[in-house]
Amino acid sequence: MSRLQRALEQGQFAVTAEMAPPKGADFRPALETAQVLRGKVHSLNVTDMQSACLKASSLGLCTALRQAGFEPILQMTGRDRNRMALAADLLTAAAFGIDTVLCLTGDHPAVGDCRDAKPVYDLDSVGILELLRELEAGRDCGGNPLTGEAPRFFGGAAATPVYDPLPLQIARLKRKADAGARFLQTQAVFSAESLLPFLEGVDRAGIRVPILAGIIPLKSAGMAKFMNEHVPGIAVPQSQIDALAAEKAAGGSPARLGLAMAAELVAELRERKLCAGVHIMAIGAEKSVPGLLEMAGVHICEETAPVPRAEASSEGGNHE
Amino acid sequence: MIITRKKPEEALLSMLQGAKRVAIVGCGSCAAACQTGGEKEIGEMKAFLEARGFQVAATVLPDECCHKMLVKRDLKVLRGLDVDAVVGLACGDGVQTVADNVDLPVYPANDTLFLGQVERVGIFHEYCRMCGDCVLGVTGGICPVTRCAKGLVNGPCGGQRNGKCEVDPENDCAWVLIYRRLEKLGKLDALLSPTGGRRPAAHPAHLNLREVRK
Ligand code: SF4
Ligand code: SF4
Repeated sequence: MSRLQRALEQGQFAVTAEMAPPKGADFRPALETAQVLRGKVHSLNVTDMQSACLKASSLGLCTALRQAGFEPILQMTGRDRNRMALAADLLTAAAFGIDTVLCLTGDHPAVGDCRDAKPVYDLDSVGILELLRELEAGRDCGGNPLTGEAPRFFGGAAATPVYDPLPLQIARLKRKADAGARFLQTQAVFSAESLLPFLEGVDRAGIRVPILAGIIPLKSAGMAKFMNEHVPGIAVPQSQIDALAAEKAAGGSPARLGLAMAAELVAELRERKLCAGVHIMAIGAEKSVPGLLEMAGVHICEETAPVPRAEASSEGGNHE
Repeated sequence: MIITRKKPEEALLSMLQGAKRVAIVGCGSCAAACQTGGEKEIGEMKAFLEARGFQVAATVLPDECCHKMLVKRDLKVLRGLDVDAVVGLACGDGVQTVADNVDLPVYPANDTLFLGQVERVGIFHEYCRMCGDCVLGVTGGICPVTRCAKGLVNGPCGGQRNGKCEVDPENDCAWVLIYRRLEKLGKLDALLSPTGGRRPAAHPAHLNLREVRK
């Protein structure tokens, strides 16, 4: 069973951290980063060419992480693969013992770094969630029977709490929940208050799916301003931008302040029981995540922490 | 309407290399409205080709260039004429329909862009991708297959900002448009109803009403 699933079912405060595969063929730096996070987070969430920028595949790094004894979360977007390619990758993931999947529609190639790439979108996030269920029922995307034991997945989806019109976002989430999303991971939030209208809407719509709040530790006032202007669904409060700028002017470390602000938010979200956990997107500064969690006073329970698994690599491919 | 745009002159001239006597076939329907194949454009094309040393043996303007029987009838005027190429001022369908009717090389003078609405003279917007499984009934009469850059039928991606699409901020996010429209119609419940599957059609598609009626 997925460690994230177990943590959520046990009512633990779940912690996942985002990692990106390299734009290249060397996984070693990513695996080193993962070592720093060992025992500090429940799962490592591996992006699938985020922002439509070409990288090695999520499935590839997830497999390497799995073999190194971590619990990866596979991100699957519908941007580059039709339903056959998605189903093939999902079966491959399952064969390697990767069962936690974040289903995303995916950023359009037109906003990425290979702009002439043909967008696919045969399935969107809802369609990929439905595909997980088909595979679990022992059928492929054409309704044909699969051989061997059917795979088991723990599928999740993304949410954008700061969204206008909010009811449209909630309706979309309802579709995701109905399609089988069992956890929701939000776009980064920067204050507990900005989550409240969203959580109320989720509640009113009867969506009963654990929510992991997205957390981005800010590195500078410039980064915050850039994200406010360019990244959909991001709203960093002006007071935080000012504080980061003041820190820099005073010769301090805005990155350290950003980390402290993120830690404070994590602690507040947990104390007020606003969400089931957090998803930390450190954007290249993954090694600072343990420090952030330390400051927030979040320690994951050993029982569900990733532990080295000698048998991990022999686990796959034995369904027949 | 099928929206077309004139190819660059050089592109047409390079196709016509080696030809001397040509015929021009336009289209009195969509291409005429797109200012790419009506009477005026045929005249302009004639003058352009003559200025480049071609002889224009005939000009033909079928009411609809995508209608095989009609085009066959209208192209009878080419019989017995010494013509070594035909320039088609229609959409891709029209140009092929001309080619179906003559044993001559047929060259497209236009690029065929999309199926669109004529907002007003000379302004066109893509409105339908002809998916074969129309969902307009539950999307407030606004097509997500076409007007959402990702063709999403189950609701929006997370990428809109201020109602504009992440892919091209010049475009409205189709799903925000759909939401506003359903809100106005008092039919927001439709946002939760399945919109049906978008099935990429196998090509080429055919429809035979005679067989359907049988
Ligand atoms: S859903 Fe859109 S693309 Fe499909 S037939 Fe209707 S208008 Fe055309
Ligand atoms: S922003 Fe709106 S129109 Fe653009 S791709 Fe996303 S849902 Fe579609």
